[in-house]
Amino acid sequence: MPDQLLTVQNLFCERDDRVLFNRLGFSVAPGEIIQIEGQNGSGKTTLMRILSGLSRHYEGDIFWRGEPVEQVRDDFCRDLLYFGHQAGVKAVLTPQENLRWYAALSPAINAADIDHALEQVGLRGFEDVPCHSLSAGQNRRVSLARLYLSKAPLWILDEPFTAIDKKGVAAKEALLLRHAQRGGSVILTTHHELGIRGPVRKINLDQCAGTST
Amino acid sequence: MAEKKWMPRWFYQLASPRWCYQITGKLLPGFAVAALLLLAGGSIWALMFAPADYQQGNSFRIIYLHVPSAILAQSAYMLMAVAGAIGLIWKMKVADMVLKSAAPIGASMAVLALATGAIWGKPTWGSWWVWDARLTSMLILFFLYLGVMALNSAIENESTAAQASAVLSLVGVVNIPIIKYSVEWWNTLHQPATFKLTEKPAMPAEMWVPLLVMVIGFYCLFAVSLMMRLRNEIIWRERRTGWVRELLIKQ
Amino acid sequence: MTMQTNSEDLQRQSLSGLFWATCRREYLLSFRRKSDLVNPLIFFLMVATLFPLGVSPEPGFLAQLAPGVVWVAALLSTLLSMDALFRSDYEDGSLEQLLLSPQPLFLVVLAKVLAHWSVTGLALTVMAPLLGLMLFLPAEGMPGLMLSLLLGTPTLSLVGAIGAALTVGLRKGGVLISLLVLPLYIPVLIFGSSAVQAAVTGLPLGGYLALLGALLALALGLAPLAISAALRISMSS
Repeated sequence: MPDQLLTVQNLFCERDDRVLFNRLGFSVAPGEIIQIEGQNGSGKTTLMRILSGLSRHYEGDIFWRGEPVEQVRDDFCRDLLYFGHQAGVKAVLTPQENLRWYAALSPAINAADIDHALEQVGLRGFEDVPCHSLSAGQNRRVSLARLYLSKAPLWILDEPFTAIDKKGVAAKEALLLRHAQRGGSVILTTHHELGIRGPVRKINLDQCAGTST
Repeated sequence: MAEKKWMPRWFYQLASPRWCYQITGKLLPGFAVAALLLLAGGSIWALMFAPADYQQGNSFRIIYLHVPSAILAQSAYMLMAVAGAIGLIWKMKVADMVLKSAAPIGASMAVLALATGAIWGKPTWGSWWVWDARLTSMLILFFLYLGVMALNSAIENESTAAQASAVLSLVGVVNIPIIKYSVEWWNTLHQPATFKLTEKPAMPAEMWVPLLVMVIGFYCLFAVSLMMRLRNEIIWRERRTGWVRELLIKQ
Repeated sequence: MTMQTNSEDLQRQSLSGLFWATCRREYLLSFRRKSDLVNPLIFFLMVATLFPLGVSPEPGFLAQLAPGVVWVAALLSTLLSMDALFRSDYEDGSLEQLLLSPQPLFLVVLAKVLAHWSVTGLALTVMAPLLGLMLFLPAEGMPGLMLSLLLGTPTLSLVGAIGAALTVGLRKGGVLISLLVLPLYIPVLIFGSSAVQAAVTGLPLGGYLALLGALLALALGLAPLAISAALRISMSS
């Protein structure tokens, strides 16, 4: 299956005696946007953490470009951008300093692009302001600037649009679509109705839940 | 999966909680009988037939409890670390359970060794506690056990708890020789030429044979309690699987 | 061939870049949150003050206690500062980014611990003569005190970081860390305070310092691996 980026087979996960999903399987092709849906507590974040490799509490198989993900962990990490619940932004550092450290963590990123990325998320003029004096939405934007820096083909985004205004959401949706058109893939969860016209596929976790015991 | 082939088959069977439950069920009675016989025989031999020490008289006989418990306290920690390593490398659930079950047993062995050491210390040194190198090392070993147990109970997720305890017990195992060496060295620095509890110049056979019997008996006792705790743990963790339900319905 | 060397060079560059970027970030963080920087030092001073008050202000007696007291105080203040090492990264999500980075985790961890040591352990070492004075430690003991702390406190930071990594996911990690880590600190305490005592009595220091150095080398080699594994485990729950 070399044409699939990510393949998930027979995934099973339980939390506190509750089966979150059972026999979950799907695959992600280049150019696809996958929206994970489900009620609160249906395991969306857990699934995102499992897919990204943070959580190892699952049974089943995950393949990256046809290889078991455990065996190609380094390649996988190089090709992954993960955007978690917490923004990963240090309050006492400025947006620029935050992103500079992130750039050091991901060797593919060119640190010279940081100013441009901050401009893209509307933080021009705030480069040198400590993040604790920015609003919640602005802090979120600092983290979203990573999307503009990233060259990774797979984006896993957990609630990326929280605290972002309408205009910002539209810009991010356009960015996701552009990423998909370039052959990248996106897996995301969001409570927003996505306005993207294009290759969006929905996976509902409520249907994958096994019988609770 | 190819890299796993060099391990014998029983090793993978051990990974199955169900198989492990069945095999421990078969082994348990044998070990229980052996523990009972060895401990009873060893105690009678040690208390009634072994000769009294020419220096310490009869008070030395507590050695037949002190030494086995001290040895077991150390072995149990090694077992914990080995189980931890297996659990981390091969992701084996049963190894995690062994680690969790062994910790309290090892800790109680350490307590027993400390208590018997103190009781022995009273007639020998005239005080309940002396900062003797061996006793101090045992106390620190007890602290290490407490750390593993505290960590295990503080983390709610069972498999996270097991892995974290495994890392801690491996760190502990690297440290134990360093701690032992440093404490012994500290001891000679501060209390030169004290009378050592167990370092006797060549014990006669009438004394060490019953000691050996007691040590083996303690190992059997340890195996029995470990298996019992392990079986409890297996049943609890696998309570939602089919075979445990069948087992419970049968009973 | 040249291509390969180039990419190797690039990789080495990016690794050392990562190391220094992490150090720089840690320094920025601690200098902007000054309380983190100063609190362990104040604690160090206060613990040492308790001993004359609790035991006796008599100079001869205090001089005898001084090596142990300064070492115990340094050990406790290092321990106190350890909990914060990964906690804020855990809370704001930076730790997730760190674990998902393709760069080697142990390198970042090592950079973090070394940066942390240089603002706690190194600062404690510089401050130690003041405590020595307060506790009437003879002047001959001062070099031994500073050298032993210089070699011993990095080990304390490295071992403490294992405890911090294991408890980072727990809400009440603070007390638990001390339970996990204090028994592991005992060899460093023994060799460290003995080094000071040797210095006071005019005995050669070399052996003690060599032992402390050996412990440091061992900790440098093994602790980053244990810390990385512990962080992955703590984050996976």
